[in-house]
Amino acid sequence: MTTPKDTAPVSDAPGSAAAPGEGAARQGEPLLSVRDLQKHFPVTKGLLQRQVGAVKAVDGVTFDVYPGETLGLVGESGCGKTTTGRLITRLLEPTGGSVAFEGRDITHMSQGHLRPLRRDMQMIFQDPYSSLNPRHTVGTIVGAPFRIQGIETEHGVKKAVQEILALVGLNPEHYNRYPHEFSGGQRQRIGIARTLALKPKLIIADEPVSALDVSIQAQVVNLLEDLQNELNLTYVVIAHDLSVVRHISDRVAVMYLGKVVEIADRKSLYGAPMHPYTNALLSAVPIPDPKGRAGRDRIRLTGDVPSPLNPPPACRFHTRCWKAQEVCKQQEPPLVELATGHKVACHFPENAPAQKADAAV
Amino acid sequence: MSVGNGGSAGHLAVRDLSIHFPTDDGLVRAVDGLSFTLERGKTLGIVGESGSGKSVTSLGILGLHKGGHARISGEIWLDGEELVSASADAVRKLRGKKMAMIFQDPLSAMHPYYTVGHQIVEAYRIHNQVSKAAARRHAIDMLGRVGIPEPAQRVDNYPHEFSGGMRQRAMIAMALSCDPELLIADEPTTALDVTVQAQILDLMRDLQREFDSALIIITHDLGVVAELSDDILVMYGGKCIEYGTADDVFYRPEHPYTWGLLGSMPRLDRAPTERLLPIKGSPPSLINVPPGCAFHPRCPYEERTEGRASTEVPGLLETEGGHLVRCHLPREERRAIWENDVKPMLETT
Ligand SMILES: Nc1ncnc2c1ncn2[C@@H]1O[C@H](COP(=O)(O)OP(=O)(O)OP(=O)(O)O)[C@@H](O)[C@H]1O
Ligand SMILES: Nc1ncnc2c1ncn2[C@@H]1O[C@H](COP(=O)(O)OP(=O)(O)O)[C@@H](O)[C@H]1O
Ligand code: SF4
Ligand code: SF4
Ligand SMILES: [Mg+2]
Ligand SMILES: [Mg+2]
Repeated sequence: MTTPKDTAPVSDAPGSAAAPGEGAARQGEPLLSVRDLQKHFPVTKGLLQRQVGAVKAVDGVTFDVYPGETLGLVGESGCGKTTTGRLITRLLEPTGGSVAFEGRDITHMSQGHLRPLRRDMQMIFQDPYSSLNPRHTVGTIVGAPFRIQGIETEHGVKKAVQEILALVGLNPEHYNRYPHEFSGGQRQRIGIARTLALKPKLIIADEPVSALDVSIQAQVVNLLEDLQNELNLTYVVIAHDLSVVRHISDRVAVMYLGKVVEIADRKSLYGAPMHPYTNALLSAVPIPDPKGRAGRDRIRLTGDVPSPLNPPPACRFHTRCWKAQEVCKQQEPPLVELATGHKVACHFPENAPAQKADAAV
Repeated sequence: MSVGNGGSAGHLAVRDLSIHFPTDDGLVRAVDGLSFTLERGKTLGIVGESGSGKSVTSLGILGLHKGGHARISGEIWLDGEELVSASADAVRKLRGKKMAMIFQDPLSAMHPYYTVGHQIVEAYRIHNQVSKAAARRHAIDMLGRVGIPEPAQRVDNYPHEFSGGMRQRAMIAMALSCDPELLIADEPTTALDVTVQAQILDLMRDLQREFDSALIIITHDLGVVAELSDDILVMYGGKCIEYGTADDVFYRPEHPYTWGLLGSMPRLDRAPTERLLPIKGSPPSLINVPPGCAFHPRCPYEERTEGRASTEVPGLLETEGGHLVRCHLPREERRAIWENDVKPMLETT
C-alpha cells in the first residue's frame, strides 16, 4: 500500500494485485492492427464550399490489439479518441493509413464486404440516452442485429435475446419494455446487450461509463470484465477517466491532438510514464485522499489543448511542455520503443532507461 | 427581512431546509430537512449522485427558487440575516454582493452578445457605485487574478472567443468581483478536461484563501471534494446521510452509502484492485423515495436493523465530535463493519 505522501500519485508497485486479463495479452497475431491512421475533416467556407483547411482529428495513429486483451485509449476532449473508434469500425472513412482486422486490410473495404465483419466488430456508444431508439422495445433493439444479419437462432430470436438480457444482468421479462422505463445504467446494459447479440470478437467501447453515476459505473465496469472473461472478448475502451482506464486495461495508449504519444502496458504507463504529457495527465487527477493533497507537487500545465485546425508544428505538445527545447519545435519526435512494449514520442522522455534515452535525444 | 442572532453558529447556517416541488407525477422532495453551518475561510463539499438534491440546495440558498412553484421551509441564515422568509427582492440584492455562484456550464451563465468585460463591469456596478472606467480597471484586474493572459486585451472578447477553461476562469472572476462572503460552485469542473480541472481547482483554493470567503463546492467526484473541502456533506435522496470533516468521511466513514461510494471508485493512489465493489440498484427517484431509510433497497446491511430500515427514518445523529451519521445500525457495529469488512476490501481486493 502506498502512503499518501508519495509524490507520484500513482501506485503500481510490483506485487500489486494483477488485473483480470493481465498476462493474457499479446498472444499470437494481433486481432486489430492500426497503422498511421488519419482522418482530416475538410473545413469549408462560403457559398462555394471552398475548402480552407482541415481539422486533423486523427493524424497518424498506430497500435495493435491482441486477442483477449483490453487496450485503453485516453486523452483530453477533442484529441481524436471517438474519431479513431469510428474509423476502426468504418463508421467513418479514413483519409490515410490502414486498419487490419484478423490480418485482413479493411481500410477501404466496401460496405457489402464489411457486412459479415460487422458481426465480429461492435461499438458501444457513450450516451446511453440517445443511442437507443425510444420507439423500439428492448426486444426489438437487442434483437435487431439478428434480423439485420438474417441470422437463424435455434429457439427463435426472442429466446436468444432473453438469454443475452440475462447475461448482462437485465430481467428477461423486460423484453417488451421501452428504453425510457430504464435507468441510465440499465440503458447502458441494453446497449451492451445489443453489441453482444452476434458474439463479436472485438468491442470498441466509447466512454461506456462516463455518463453514469459512480455506483452504476462500477456495476458496468464489472459487467464488462465478466463478459470479457466469459466470452473471450477483446476490448478497445475509450475513456477520459484515467482511474477507470487503469482499472480495466491491460495496455494503454495516450493520445494528444490526433496522435498517440505513448503506449505501454498498464503497469509501465502508470508506474513509470515517459511522455511529459502522460506525467501531467496523471498528476492532474484529483486524489480522494484529503491528507494526500498537501504532500503532492502537481505538474501544472498552462493553457488549454490547442485547436486541431492549427496544431503546433513538430512536437504538438511543445506549447504546453515544461521540458520543451528548440528541437521540439523543429523536429517531430517519432514513436519509438524505449523499453519492452513501451513506446513514446518525445525528445526528452521521463523515466526512460538511461542509454536509450540518450540515444533518443 | 428578519435580522437576529439565529446565524450565530457559523457565517452561513442552514436549518432544516426543505425544498419540495409539486408536479403532475407527485411531490418531488428534492431537499428534505437539510442542516449545516459554514464559516468564512472554510470549504464545505457536498457530494452525491445525480438527482440527490445538490443543485436544488445551492439554488435554494441563493434564493433562486423564489417566485417559482417550489415549497420552501426551514431557515437559511447568512451573516445574521434570514433568507427563506426574506423577499425575493431582498435576496436578489444579496446575490452578487454577499453570495455568488459558479455554474457547471459557463456558457449558459454568460450572455453571448456582451463582452466578458462588459458582464463583469455590469455585475460590479450593481453593487458598487464606481465609474465605468474604474469598474473596467477592476474587471481587468480580476481577469488577471484568475489567470487570463493579457487581461487588458482579453477583457473585450466575447465568451465564445474563450476556451472552456478560460470561460470558467472568467465566471470565477465575475463571481468574485464583488468580494462575496459566500461562494457556491456547482460542479465547477465537471465539463473540463483533467489538466484544466487541476488549474481551476488550484485557482479556487488560492482565491478562497485570498478572499476569505465561505465556499460550498458541489460535485459527484469524491476526488474533487477531497482536494478542496474542510467539511463534507454526503447527500442521498434529498437528505444528508453523513456529515463530518474530510478526514471523518474519507478515513472513518460510518454510513453504508459512503462505503458504497468509496468502493465503487477505482483509485490511482492505490494498487489496482481486482474488482470494484458497486452498490446494487440505482439511486431513488425523489418522487418516490423509499420509506424508512431511503438507502435500504440498496443497502447490504439492511436486514441487520430488524425491519426498522424500511419503516422508520433514521435520525442524523452525532457519532463523535461533529461527525453525523443517519443509520439505524448501532455505532459500535458500524465501526466494526468499517474496520473489519469494508476498509480491508477497499485496500486489497
Ligand atoms: N464530422 C466532423 N467534422 C469536423 N470536425 C470533426 C468531426 N468530428 C470530429 N471532429 C473534430 O475532430 C476532433 C476529434 O474529435 P473526437 O470526437 O474524436 O474527440 P474525442 O477525443 O472523442 O473527444 P471527447 O473526449 O470530447 O469525446 C475534434 O476537434 C472534433 O471537433
Ligand atoms: N424545478 C423543479 N421542478 C421539479 N423537480 C425538480 C426541479 N428542480 C429539480 N427537480 C428535481 O429535484 C431532484 C434533485 O435535483 P438536483 O438538485 O438538480 O440534483 P443533483 O443532486 O444532481 O444536483 C431531481 O429529482 C430533479 O428532477
Ligand atoms: S518532444 Fe519536447 S516538447 Fe514534446 S513532449 Fe518531449 S520534451 Fe516536451
Ligand atoms: S439504516 Fe439500515 S438500510 Fe439504512 S443505511 Fe443503515 S443499515 Fe443500511
Ligand atoms: Mg469522444
Ligand atoms: Mg446538479
